[in-house]
Amino acid sequence: MLQALTLILSTQLLGEVTARALGLPVPGPVLGMVALTIGFALSPRLCEAVRPVAQGILGHLSLLFVPAGVGVIGNLQVLQGMGLGLTLAILISTVLAIAAGAVSFAVVARWTGAADD
Amino acid sequence: MTDVAQIWSYLSQGPLLWLTATLAAYAVGDACFRLARRAPVANPVLIAVVLLGTLLWLTGTPYATYFEGAQFVHFLLGPATVCLALPLADNLPRLRRAFLPVIAALVVGSVTAMVSALTIARLFGADAALLASLAPKSATAPVAIGIAEGMGGQPTLTAVLVILTGITGAVLATPLLNLLGLTDWRARGFAVGVASHGIGTARAFQVHPVAGAFAGLGMALNAVLTALLAPFVLGLFLR
Repeated sequence: MLQALTLILSTQLLGEVTARALGLPVPGPVLGMVALTIGFALSPRLCEAVRPVAQGILGHLSLLFVPAGVGVIGNLQVLQGMGLGLTLAILISTVLAIAAGAVSFAVVARWTGAADD
Repeated sequence: MTDVAQIWSYLSQGPLLWLTATLAAYAVGDACFRLARRAPVANPVLIAVVLLGTLLWLTGTPYATYFEGAQFVHFLLGPATVCLALPLADNLPRLRRAFLPVIAALVVGSVTAMVSALTIARLFGADAALLASLAPKSATAPVAIGIAEGMGGQPTLTAVLVILTGITGAVLATPLLNLLGLTDWRARGFAVGVASHGIGTARAFQVHPVAGAFAGLGMALNAVLTALLAPFVLGLFLR
């Protein structure tokens, strides 16, 4: 547990340092995620060692967004007079993006024969 | 015996009370979610946020005081993002096979999110700063805020729009995708991750592990693509 947690935090730290040092537009944790995916692919032993802790953290992924969500309630006044326009923009664009993304995935999967097993 | 006001003034200053309240509110949200047979409207994040928002308002507690306690939960977002490596590694052969569909859905989903949001906002007369704050709203929060600031947007507004986008996607994705008759968990998860980042990814994991893995991938790829495309797409709307 301690070793797995240290590895996860070190990977995040490495990602943060790399992102800042190279001025990349990607956040440190995302770089860390890519690095750890490669690490897991190279070493199944590493993957199994980290699995219980990673599953524990991911098991309540939704919980982690609660503090930021509470911040939104206190800042709803920033929407000001644009409340309706922005609400519609968010609602409609999210629906369209999910639909368009999922349909294009399915269509291209059929064309290329990249069906799931 | 100390009176209630004194106990309250002591507790309300430390992190213990609001950390406990955050976990308890989420536990209530999660219980409601289960009671509602995992219906997407009973989103546990949404329920917890409304409960805590009401509690802060009733007790006149500033967000900064609340965050003293909640920051311990908030901090775990970084490590959790790193941990998404696990479902990605578990699904690596599946991801490799889906390379072309992934690229297509990424580009289409990302561009659709930006162009449609900007079109609607401009119909409502949004100015340049507002459009810049809105354009990257489908990307994960730290990326979106960085992009918006770089284009002259307002960070607080972007943060609010990003969270609202996430909750919208988490609540609407399941009924929407059922309506479209799509049964491929890869397509469903990936599109949700692209359009509504981590909150959508968290929802995808509640539905299916393959959907969750593809949502995590979608979120990561769209963080990069939004950073590259947002200034260009915004430029089209400012002319």
